[in-house]
Amino acid sequence: MNMLTDAAVEQKLHSTSNEAAIKMRGKDVTVHYNGKQALFGVNLDVPEQQVTALIGPSGCGKSTFLRSLNRMNDTIEGCRVGGEITLDGDDVYDPRIDVVELRARVGMVFQKPNPFPKSIYENVAYGPRIHGIARNKSELDQIVESSLEKAALWSEVKDRLNEPGTGLSGGQQQRLCIARAIAVSPEVILMDEPCSALDPIATAKVEELIDELRENYTIVIVTHSMQQAARVSQRTAMFHLGYLVEEGATDKMFTNPDDKRTQDYITGRFG
Amino acid sequence: MAGYLIGFLVLAAGLAALTSMQRARRSRDAAADKAHSRPIYHGLNAAIWTGVPAFVFLIVWLMGQNSIINSLVLASFPGADALSGAEKSLLISEIRQVAAGNIFKEPTPEILAAVDHLKSLQSIAVWMMVAVVAAAASIGAFFGYRVIESRFRARHSVERSVTWFMMFSSLVAILTTGGIVASLLYEALQFFARVPVTEFLFGLRWEPQIALRPDQVAGLGAFGMVPVLFGTFAISALAMAVSVPVGILSAVYLTEYAGERFRAVVKPLLEILAGIPTVVYGFFAVLTVAPIVRSLGLSLGLEAAPNSALAAGGVMGVMLIPFISSLSDDAFAAVPRAMRDGSYALGATKGETIRKVLLPAALPGIVGGVLLALSRAVGETMIVVMAAGLIARMTVNPFEAVTTVTVQIVTLLIGDSEFDNPKTLAAFALGLVLFLITLGLNLIALRTVRKYREKY
Ligand SMILES: Nc1ncnc2c1ncn2[C@@H]1O[C@H](COP(=O)(O)OP(=O)(O)OP(=O)(O)O)[C@@H](O)[C@H]1O
Ligand SMILES: [Mg+2]
Repeated sequence: MNMLTDAAVEQKLHSTSNEAAIKMRGKDVTVHYNGKQALFGVNLDVPEQQVTALIGPSGCGKSTFLRSLNRMNDTIEGCRVGGEITLDGDDVYDPRIDVVELRARVGMVFQKPNPFPKSIYENVAYGPRIHGIARNKSELDQIVESSLEKAALWSEVKDRLNEPGTGLSGGQQQRLCIARAIAVSPEVILMDEPCSALDPIATAKVEELIDELRENYTIVIVTHSMQQAARVSQRTAMFHLGYLVEEGATDKMFTNPDDKRTQDYITGRFG
Repeated sequence: MAGYLIGFLVLAAGLAALTSMQRARRSRDAAADKAHSRPIYHGLNAAIWTGVPAFVFLIVWLMGQNSIINSLVLASFPGADALSGAEKSLLISEIRQVAAGNIFKEPTPEILAAVDHLKSLQSIAVWMMVAVVAAAASIGAFFGYRVIESRFRARHSVERSVTWFMMFSSLVAILTTGGIVASLLYEALQFFARVPVTEFLFGLRWEPQIALRPDQVAGLGAFGMVPVLFGTFAISALAMAVSVPVGILSAVYLTEYAGERFRAVVKPLLEILAGIPTVVYGFFAVLTVAPIVRSLGLSLGLEAAPNSALAAGGVMGVMLIPFISSLSDDAFAAVPRAMRDGSYALGATKGETIRKVLLPAALPGIVGGVLLALSRAVGETMIVVMAAGLIARMTVNPFEAVTTVTVQIVTLLIGDSEFDNPKTLAAFALGLVLFLITLGLNLIALRTVRKYREKY
């Protein structure tokens, strides 16, 4: 099931060999839930305009790390984040940082598609509206259209923008959520198992989309599918029991990992 | 006697159950093939057969006994045939009073004879009742015991009986409601035979007291319910004006902002508020709120009555706060966390998330709660009886007293006027109107709430 064409492999090799700028950086990141430690000193760099995949067995802290990147952990009661996480060199947990602004710059797509019970148009327009991005209606229309366009959904929904977003199929809903995240022009997009609720065709579409989005955005994706990680990411980070086991270029991780646990996990010998 | 009989029936049923279980066990052990039901079901089945038919007999007997005895006594009373219905019931109650030993004046010999007759009939009836019930129980026990054999489907039989019993229980509530509505309708129709419906529905004057004199019954338009209904809606509107914003905002605060500890203290407090008897709210309205409201009204240069719509409506609003707040709370809690996360992840603030995502998503549930609260406000009686006025008046000044449908029903029914007086009957007509209004509100509310439940 290797969907990588030769050209894609070459491009990937090219992009990873290029020393990219660091967009986000985690230094000694620890997370406690109600006193119980879930992440232990994670050091991970997220390079700009690349796809970083987080893999590892269930409960190892992938989502926890992802959520601490845009401070979604703040909404969980009893969750405490330690260490340092920077975005373009600025500490995102600095009290002077406006979390609202941070989340506008670091968007997120969830495991289960969660469109608001509003129309498709309103779903995409939600972010631009609250941030006052569009100056008038036609600008907003423009943003909605281009976001849906970028999310590869425009042709499917352009005639039904006023129908509820919850009426779309699961795959369409997920692409709607991606469009919604794109609409506020984030710099980083975090995706937590975005394809786990989708069928193979919808998954292929979303993967294709992720590959395109890489041109303009920095992407961090959590996935349980090794093939998916191999297909869409340039860098891969392997988590286990709250520790970052190893990270590196995806090609190397999947062909010649340093750590035995990574090897075992990738080849499916433990879960 | 009936009490002993019921005790006896319970005992008999228990006994039947025990012996039947024994028999079932024996037949199970003796049978070659697998028994259909466990012995406990055979026992239950026998108990049902023993107890239930006899119990039904007993109830029917107790309900019929008195009227049969009464007619037998009257039939043998000299000259009773010539009496009218009311006189007959007077006579019978006198005989029964004497029989019970409550002698107010020296009874006549005819009455004494009737008393003897009554007593003998009663003792016969008691023994017959015992005999019939015992017979029913024995026959039931006999058949319940005899059917036992390993292939008898006692489990199904018990299951069926239980189903019947449940159906009966659910019918009780429905039949009672039906009966209430029917009697309400009947009395209301009597009222409309005396006062035209149109006058009742559209009349602008409500002065039921004058109508005591027969020459003033209709015609004068003293039974126009519009001002009374106006009062009900005025007070309800005031109550909603207090309870809806406060209730919803407190629900928002509790679900979205308050810390765990604050919530743990305040939520039970709200429940306590919901448990305060309305009489106590009534005291509060009359003794504390009304004087304050009055002096406020006077200081504003408005006419202010000691009892005001504002005092009653305001206190009623306080009463409804926990109601609305807890229903809104449920509605907010039912909005999935994913909705909030989706909004926060787009960089929305808490306020924006609440206004743009939570409120719209929870709105149907909130509307349902508000409508239920409104229906309670319309039907609320005690607070308004104590704190609203008696005189029907249409005024927009909330410092003046108005009256409500419930207050009028209470005042119309208190007093010693006869039951076929339009003044008394008007209470039933008002009750019918009130019933229809609250029924409508509840139906709409339940429908919106249900629709909203299906959404996620
Ligand atoms: N809200 C929470 N409250 C308490 N503990 C939590 C919470 N969320 C996660 N945890 C704990 O933190 C650890 C890491 O969880 P996390 O959700 O990050 O795992 P994950 O790698 O995303 O797993 P999965 O692949 O199953 O999604 C787990 O032990 C989990 O029980
Ligand atoms: Mg996860």
